[in-house]
Amino acid sequence: MVIYGVAIVAFCFFLGNFTGEVLGRIAGLNSNVGGVGFAMLFLLIAAEYGRPFLERNPSAVEGIRFWQAMFIPVVVAMSASQNVVRALSSGHVAITAGLAATLVSFLFIPLFSRIGGEEEPVSSLPEGSEKI
Amino acid sequence: MTAVAETVQKLFISNGLITAFLLVGVVSFLSGWVSRRFTKGMIHGSAIAILAGLGLAYAGGIFASGSKGLADIPLFAGVGLLGGSMMRDFTIVSTAHGADIRELKKSGLAGVLSLVFGVILSFIVGAATAVSFGFTSPTDITTIGAGAVTFIAGPVTGSAIGAGSDVIAISIAAGVVKSVTVMALTPFAAKIIRIDTPKTAMIYGGLMGTTSGTAAGMAATNPALVPYAAMTATFYTGFGCLICPSILYWIVLRLF
Repeated sequence: MVIYGVAIVAFCFFLGNFTGEVLGRIAGLNSNVGGVGFAMLFLLIAAEYGRPFLERNPSAVEGIRFWQAMFIPVVVAMSASQNVVRALSSGHVAITAGLAATLVSFLFIPLFSRIGGEEEPVSSLPEGSEKI
Repeated sequence: MTAVAETVQKLFISNGLITAFLLVGVVSFLSGWVSRRFTKGMIHGSAIAILAGLGLAYAGGIFASGSKGLADIPLFAGVGLLGGSMMRDFTIVSTAHGADIRELKKSGLAGVLSLVFGVILSFIVGAATAVSFGFTSPTDITTIGAGAVTFIAGPVTGSAIGAGSDVIAISIAAGVVKSVTVMALTPFAAKIIRIDTPKTAMIYGGLMGTTSGTAAGMAATNPALVPYAAMTATFYTGFGCLICPSILYWIVLRLF
């Protein structure tokens, strides 16, 4: 049943967000601390332990795959509902801060991937191995 | 003729989510065509679709003068539902299925390091911007710095340390600018800085942080890498909300 897969994702979604909310409460914040990330971890664990179940119910996997495939359309809809006008007319401070934070962060990506590569010399990623 | 238009409009409005499916489908189809016809596939169809989405959001924002882009036009309200945080988070969670746990473990350390460093880096850049624009109160500097982390960390921090609503508004705007910039620039930047492995995707998610921005950026670059980038990015905001109003605020207080 396709719905089994969808329900598994939904269950992990709530479990993860619950974890995030509880952590937020413990930290004394009025916000969710990484709920979606926890949900992703739970789904990975669920798929690992539930492998026999998923093999018996291949259509359940289709239920998960469908929502994976819907990710990009959802992102397109998300970009269409951003407050772009505000971003473009928000004054120099906001625009400078947002742009600068983005550009500086981009610049550090190559640096970080190199540091990681040195720490993990056993890494045998064929296409990912550092060429420098 | 007007009767036909009215009927269609009524149907679209009362079935908002279905309207969004149709609209996004059409936008994606046209974007794919533009990608093949005008860029020979060099620029990913999804990247064009996301840029088109941002363009529509701008048009919608001008037309309806609201805060949710196209979704503020009643006819397209369903776009806000399809693209809201509920569906965004649900589909992001579903992408975890099929991610390689070994890759996550192997690059976990680099991911965590980039996450910690990324939050602090964006905060410093945001705070420095605030200072250079003449802000002197530690509360304002911290709030704008947190806004450069994400548009959620900004207001959470601002309200936690008692910033004014005008400064909180600036911090949200800074976060929105970052998110939109990440969405629009990633497809082009990814090729130059080579975000092409699970590890680089995790580092990218950890450094950029904004969930919507990184998710959209990765989707338009290489959908197979989405879960790795999203995994670190989703912890970024939480970590930002954790350290901006506490440790980082404390440091700003000592400096100013």
